Amino acid sequence: MTRITVTVDGVSCTDEVEPRMLLVHYLREVVGKVGTVVGCDTSNCGACTVHLDGRSVKSCNVLAVQADGHEVTTIEGLATNGELHPMQAAFHENHALQCGYCTPGMIMQAVDLLKENPNPSEEEIRVGLEGNLCRCTGYHNIVKAVAAVAASSSSERSSV
Amino acid sequence: MTAVDDRPTTEVGRDRRRKEDQRLITGRTRWTDNIQLPGMLHLAMVRSPFAHAKILSIGTDEAKASTGVVAVYTGADLADSQGVNINAWPITPDQVTPTHLPVPADRVAHSGEIVAVVVARTAAQARDAAELVDVDYEELPAVLDMKEALKDEVLAHPDSGTNKSAFWKLDSKEQGSGGDVDEAIAKARQDGIVIEREYRQQRLVPAFMEPRSTVVDPTGEQISIWSATQVPHILRFAIAATMGIPESKVRVIAPDVGGGFGGKLQTTPEEFATIAVARKLGKPCKYTETRSETMVSAHHGRDQWQKLTLSAEKDGTVTGLKVELLADLGAYVAIVGGGVPVLGAWMFNSIYKFPAYQFNCQTILTNKTWVDAYRGAGRPEATYAIERIMDELAAEVGVDPIAIREKNWITHDEFPFTTVAGMTYDSGNYEAATEKALELFGYEELRAEQKQRRESGDPVQLGLGVSTFTEMCGLAPSRVLGSLSYGAGGWESASIRMLATGTVEVVSGATPHGQGHETAWSQIVADRLGIPFENIEVLHGDTQTAPKGLDTYGSRSLVVGGEAIVRAADKVIEKAKPIAAHLLEASVDDLEFSAGQFTVKGTDKGIGLTDIALATFAAHNLPDGVEPSIDADATYDPVNFSFPHGTHLCAMEVDTETGATSMRKYVCVDDIGTIINPLIVEGQVHGGLVQGIAQALWEGAEYDEQGTLVSGSFVDYTLPTAADTINFVSEHTVSPSTTNTLGTKGVGEAGTIASTPAVVNAIVDAVRHLGIDDIQMPCTPERVWKAIQSAGSHQAAAPVADAQPHFGDDAPNQDPAAGSTDGAAQ
Repeated sequence: MTRITVTVDGVSCTDEVEPRMLLVHYLREVVGKVGTVVGCDTSNCGACTVHLDGRSVKSCNVLAVQADGHEVTTIEGLATNGELHPMQAAFHENHALQCGYCTPGMIMQAVDLLKENPNPSEEEIRVGLEGNLCRCTGYHNIVKAVAAVAASSSSERSSV
Repeated sequence: MTAVDDRPTTEVGRDRRRKEDQRLITGRTRWTDNIQLPGMLHLAMVRSPFAHAKILSIGTDEAKASTGVVAVYTGADLADSQGVNINAWPITPDQVTPTHLPVPADRVAHSGEIVAVVVARTAAQARDAAELVDVDYEELPAVLDMKEALKDEVLAHPDSGTNKSAFWKLDSKEQGSGGDVDEAIAKARQDGIVIEREYRQQRLVPAFMEPRSTVVDPTGEQISIWSATQVPHILRFAIAATMGIPESKVRVIAPDVGGGFGGKLQTTPEEFATIAVARKLGKPCKYTETRSETMVSAHHGRDQWQKLTLSAEKDGTVTGLKVELLADLGAYVAIVGGGVPVLGAWMFNSIYKFPAYQFNCQTILTNKTWVDAYRGAGRPEATYAIERIMDELAAEVGVDPIAIREKNWITHDEFPFTTVAGMTYDSGNYEAATEKALELFGYEELRAEQKQRRESGDPVQLGLGVSTFTEMCGLAPSRVLGSLSYGAGGWESASIRMLATGTVEVVSGATPHGQGHETAWSQIVADRLGIPFENIEVLHGDTQTAPKGLDTYGSRSLVVGGEAIVRAADKVIEKAKPIAAHLLEASVDDLEFSAGQFTVKGTDKGIGLTDIALATFAAHNLPDGVEPSIDADATYDPVNFSFPHGTHLCAMEVDTETGATSMRKYVCVDDIGTIINPLIVEGQVHGGLVQGIAQALWEGAEYDEQGTLVSGSFVDYTLPTAADTINFVSEHTVSPSTTNTLGTKGVGEAGTIASTPAVVNAIVDAVRHLGIDDIQMPCTPERVWKAIQSAGSHQAAAPVADAQPHFGDDAPNQDPAAGSTDGAAQ
């Protein structure tokens, strides 16, 4: 067992973990962040996407011990002071989710996508979400939601 | 308040944002795998790597000694307690239905079958120990190809004596709904057109995003079972019927369920094994599968060969259709596995006026994963074949695919129309949907561009695909199901509880897994009872709160379950009426109900429904003989199916040099009757479209010659991503259904049913001038390229070996299976 300290959604957590434990299992089973889910066993689906020091990672592709000393943000920590993150609000407004299982990962990836590229084209949004699978929505409304957030933050920027 | 309330006067028809979203976008979800109970143990399954084998012995000592392991059970250990996985729809009295034990003790019939269950303190410990279970198998010959299986030379189940499960036939002459199809075909051979085609419906994996999971708590007086299922009520029934547990002792809960698409309408070996183990140990147990386990163990969909013979007059007027299906059920007849292909019996004739029709279906057992309903269930298969062959008829006659459909479809003034298969379509307007779709698509302009590309010899050719589909939804009138030997009814149940403080609970027997019932049901009740949308809570998916239901599949929730809610609401009003009359000191006959208020006709006297709820709760002042409750239940048995329809148009570009295809435009105009929530409908259409498009272009469950599923993970089973898909144009025409109060028809499966043939028709249309009239699905670049090569237009092109010398026989790293993945023989 290895002792790690990880800040998860703003809370400092110190735990003993097996060195082989995946970050996603640490988050779900040890920290109790069950908002982050597992959809596959081959790193294809992206349902487990979280932010590690502000950048999106598939948490099934990171060992818990690799997160030692780092900061993790999950879907549960994205809203601040009771206010939805604009991406969460846009997913709701644009009906970008149905069963909602891919949604935590999809939102975390979409947030990072706009961080990297605040004004993406439709094509860039689609390619940027390629690592996250959704079986319900056909992606149409997910792309629309991400574009809506990009458009509203760019109009905010231009109005400043 | 100075703001003008410009909301529409009704909730029905509003694009309400979903109530469900808040918890799903913030991670406050209750997936089954999220549930943790005190002292809970975790299961891992040991699965057969062989398609067909005898189990000679199972060594469990090493696994039992592994850290954290509590127990290891084999099929023999669970023999008296594990129940059996049932087939609820024997399609013929003599159907061959091999016994499907959750954990077989002596023989496995497909790879992935469970042979032992390991129970440990953690899931990781259980999985570690599962590796240590030592199973000695004797491999048996496996039958994998359904046409091979027909010969009965190798048997999927040796004791059955045959691989043929059942043969089912519908003949329009025999049942009196039409003429003699053989006569029609014989006549057409003399002086008309006969088109014969065989189409392949490849095997698909439903691929819901949430892997299946079951938690069983045996510690209470009732056993509580949480499961990622579409069918909590049917699961409860199956447990009681086969496990020796009284139904009253079983509570089943489907919490948040992450997609289903038919893939979770099964009662599964994993559920039964988990229940059996939890009862043995008296401890809460959880089993959550890995995705790789889902792929081999959860049921697959489709998998048919479809032989069609269509006869027509020289001008393209259809005269007969004969369908001969072979349907691979896999190793076991799943809960409605045998019946899924049979649903096609009423759908192959589709929207066309065939005077004579015959449907033949042979179901077959093989040593592969079982097959059952996947989004559309029998109807996408039928729609694909009829829409493909109508295009072939158009090509033969030399007219546009739209023209051949116009010539043969039921016109809007012919409804209600009883088809040659014996179904009565209540409403529809194929002309209107088609006209709107053609306009949105820019059909004429695209045809002009196609002509120009052909004439200029553009290496990238354009094809236009048409699909004018219908489907039957709203499963189903119980009497019809009874006549088909289906093991249950088709009703749905609802309850409405008028709470004292003015809010309302709506209990629905239909149980959602992404469809947005909580929102749509609230809209229906808001209108019906005049209660604010926000004040309505929809409860579902728990047999303790929603004790009656037949669950969600076959686009039935709104059409059947929605009608049950309407009727329960109407009963609430009826029950409240005498109390309102009493409190208003008026006669019942003088009362009117509107927008949540009872008023006395011709006066300004009135009382709100919520006030009556409070007065009923207090029960201080009720009329004599009236019970202190205005709550109501309703159970609705539909009188008919509903028949959504639509026109889907797809433009595909095909690179004739590489075989690569790309979707240029997709337009659909669906008539699903009255729309409760256009936002939810649009979402259902988009998702359905992509699943249907994925069948056309990408997905296929492929087995190797040993019976191993080679597309057995998300690496190999190519689900579409955002980068593979485009934005869609989806619009509607509305011909309300005449068989339910709301006029709804169902939308859950429409996109999937319609889109597959639209895409393949477009690809074939792009290369038809090269002499191609079919490409087998999925239409991968390799298959399109091969079709173009073999059609002879590029005879001068170099053969593969010369073009790609690094794939020569003596080259290293050659994959011998690479050439066999086209799946044509499976």
